[in-house]
Amino acid sequence: MELRRLRVVHYLNQFFARIGGEEKANVEPRVIEGPTGPGRAIQNALGERGEVIATIVCGDNYFSENVENAVDEIIPLVYRYQPDVMIAGPAFLGGRYGVACGAICKAVKERLNIPAVTGMHAENPGVNLFHRDVYIIQTGPSAATMNEAVSKMVQLVVKIAEGEKIVGPAHDGYIPRGIVVNEMTGQTGAERVFEMLLAKIQERSYESEVLQPKHDRVVPAAPVRLIEQAMVALVTDGGLVPKGNPDGIESVGATRFGEYSLQEEVALKEEAFDVCHAGYDSTFVKQDPNRLVPVDVMRILEREKRIGKLYNKFFSTTGVGTTVEDARKIGRAIASELRAEGMSGVILTST
Amino acid sequence: MLAKEIERAGIPVAHVCPLTPIAIVVGSNRVIAGVKIIHPVGNPELPPAVEKEFRMRIVEKALVALQSKVEGPTLF
Repeated sequence: MELRRLRVVHYLNQFFARIGGEEKANVEPRVIEGPTGPGRAIQNALGERGEVIATIVCGDNYFSENVENAVDEIIPLVYRYQPDVMIAGPAFLGGRYGVACGAICKAVKERLNIPAVTGMHAENPGVNLFHRDVYIIQTGPSAATMNEAVSKMVQLVVKIAEGEKIVGPAHDGYIPRGIVVNEMTGQTGAERVFEMLLAKIQERSYESEVLQPKHDRVVPAAPVRLIEQAMVALVTDGGLVPKGNPDGIESVGATRFGEYSLQEEVALKEEAFDVCHAGYDSTFVKQDPNRLVPVDVMRILEREKRIGKLYNKFFSTTGVGTTVEDARKIGRAIASELRAEGMSGVILTST
Repeated sequence: MLAKEIERAGIPVAHVCPLTPIAIVVGSNRVIAGVKIIHPVGNPELPPAVEKEFRMRIVEKALVALQSKVEGPTLF
């Protein structure tokens, strides 16, 4: 059966379309019939399989200064040609260009239901914004790697057009979209994990099926120099709250925190507190809240002048099921108050 | 997370946590082993006066951590 030639529309910025450099970055969207610039490499890679029928060009500044507008102007241009697929870029490390390519591909897919592929370097800002929505072929940093980029982009777009199974990022060369796909394999999970463990023990290479999140590092704050003069605050994520949980801190998935006055208390009293954290057995902490927020010993240290002062409030939230974003927000809010109060150090007690 | 955000503001944090490997991996810089999830700075099996002493030892370790220079996640 003879396959119809795929109709391809290509998106380029002003530079790759040879209109000009930065001085032409303001040019409005326009169409050039057939392929131009890297579009010719795309046409070569397509061969008889497809035809680049049109090239849409837009200046990087025109696009980035008003993304929504630019997309709205470009969509009808694409539609006019009724392509089977769209290819944008590759943008390599061009940040404005990468964002434009990502935005166009996303819009074309969502609004016109036309498959679209782009390409850029892993550190292009367009990746962060669009990798979840768009197939982004991973390219080198510059146009020196154009041919390889074009080849992978064309391969992927043809696969999509022909309904072939996309194997995955490693195989097809695109940046992981963060999608988890169930598939059947020859081995059960137990068998696979056992093999992975053997490989690990025997120091052979193995590939994790689940990617571990990367945690950012924070430069350690300078140590406290004069502890006898230091003001120290207590913070907890064990969800210790005044009886009745007046601030309504959630028992799971906290979005807020509370600050509770210590007055002149020499110790936290059992009858004044509750635990709102639903992720652990709070019996022992309820019996004696100092087992979570050690006010009693901090007061002794204060009296013995081994610390300058215990801050007169403690901060509390629930540390189970909290999203990373909420944890960050809560942390920043607490940090900001502590800094304003000139806190020298913090003891954070976690369950 | 809380430890890191407070640390980012330039305030040293002594993180008392029963699951120290997690605190280290996530990136708290000064980590002290807590007792148990259900009582991080306590031990109900001890008589109250002894438990308070026990709690003091842990908090003292936290103070040492606050006064120590560290290069990255460190267990005290």
